[in-house]
Amino acid sequence: MKRAYVAGAGNTSFGRHEGRGALDLMAEAAGRALDDAGLKRSQIDGVLCGYATTLPHLMLSTLFCERFSVQPAYAHSLQLGGATGGAMLMLARELVRSGRCVNVLVVAGENRLTGQARDSSIQTLAQVGDADFEVPNGASVPAYYALLASRYMHETGLTEADLAEFAVLMRTNAARHPDAHLKEPITRASVLASKPIAAPLKLLDCCPISDGAMALVVSAEPRRAPRIAITGAGQGHRHQHLTAIANTANYGARDAARWAFEEAGLGPADIDYLAIYDSFTITLAILLEEIGFAPRGGSADRVRKGDFLPGGPLPLNTHGGLLSFGHCGVAGGMAHAVEAYRQLAGRAGDRQTGARKRAFVHADGGVMSSHVSLIFARED
Amino acid sequence: MAALSAPFLDGLARGELRYQRCADCDAPQTLARYACHRCGGTRLEWRTATGLGTVYAVTVVARAPSEEFRALAPYTLAIVELDEGPRLMGHAAPGVAIGDRVRAGYFEFGGHTLLKFASGN
Repeated sequence: MKRAYVAGAGNTSFGRHEGRGALDLMAEAAGRALDDAGLKRSQIDGVLCGYATTLPHLMLSTLFCERFSVQPAYAHSLQLGGATGGAMLMLARELVRSGRCVNVLVVAGENRLTGQARDSSIQTLAQVGDADFEVPNGASVPAYYALLASRYMHETGLTEADLAEFAVLMRTNAARHPDAHLKEPITRASVLASKPIAAPLKLLDCCPISDGAMALVVSAEPRRAPRIAITGAGQGHRHQHLTAIANTANYGARDAARWAFEEAGLGPADIDYLAIYDSFTITLAILLEEIGFAPRGGSADRVRKGDFLPGGPLPLNTHGGLLSFGHCGVAGGMAHAVEAYRQLAGRAGDRQTGARKRAFVHADGGVMSSHVSLIFARED
Repeated sequence: MAALSAPFLDGLARGELRYQRCADCDAPQTLARYACHRCGGTRLEWRTATGLGTVYAVTVVARAPSEEFRALAPYTLAIVELDEGPRLMGHAAPGVAIGDRVRAGYFEFGGHTLLKFASGN
């Protein structure tokens, strides 16, 4: 097997991009990723792209390729909700490892905020619920996660004040990133006082809807120093729907993480940077605890101790996560990986958290339904 | 309506709570599936539940997803574990809490028969 490296990354800012479509945003991020990797369009022989709710095209990948003027030997789009970005990176790695491709462009973006009415976006997303058993109740994605949160908090003793810690941390991190959607400072008190969405989740426990795009190049060549390899990957899929969740101690994240750690020959103690999906504050708390970066019910204590701060032992989502950098669908879930790559490569600018060597990247799709874990490692 | 879920939806319309049960291993299951989640058997039967259960999870929805449901907001949604084993999402009486014993009731809304759980043994 060949080795697969992250060779470059690019992004648009997240927020409002009035008048720009999914392809416009994808092309901007992809162009920057190619520049970052020092690659010409003709050198791209694989293209994987996400889906865009604002552009439900049958062949988004090749539509993008034509507009972007690349003619790869391998291309398709992929759909796995919030885990799509992680799954594309895992597949890109496999394509490179097998020798099928040399340079795979992974790209996603959409105008989820300005390209449709908010109700329309919320209803599209709600369809991850069961069409006959769940959706007719007037449930939305925040309601699914609120139900999930109520049970998890009941079992573990995690509180609303605990969850607020994560919202504040993500906002503080986003304030340091020039491309983040939400930078206005918030406090634990303002999170707790924010408007109710679906109890126990309030507005500031939920990620915003944004426009934006992200792109990464996965390559057989590291392209530049230091080399950032993808050394482990894994998936877990235990259910689709909220009501079908059988075990609150393993939503599937643990399965995905175990594969990734085994492949990389590492464990949680070897990791020094975290890139963890955070559609809601509860998502982040559960994933940290289930994967083993905090004891069950104890993730907020680690936030309070400062462990996840940029200057702490285990910096977490230094770009601000979905909660504050923003969420435009597939690209929102890729932003964590892009930031992890930049931190490991020592190119995170003012946000650089010192010399980071091994990042754990995790994304989930649906209602903790589909999980993808990745490990990035710097090879000096 | 998916054909797979038709027995459940027909049941709701008649005020009956139906769930799938495996004829091979007797395991009850949540939602509608093509095979038993436990043994993989495909001989599945629909049974009628008593409608009694225990609240497993609960939320109060303040931000409704559509104009139709905004008229109802805030409303309580719960996941209830039926005494027979399966879990179901439905509306619930305000104030119900995890662990409460509840009984299924029914109401018409937006062209669907929906469940509404309220305290009761």
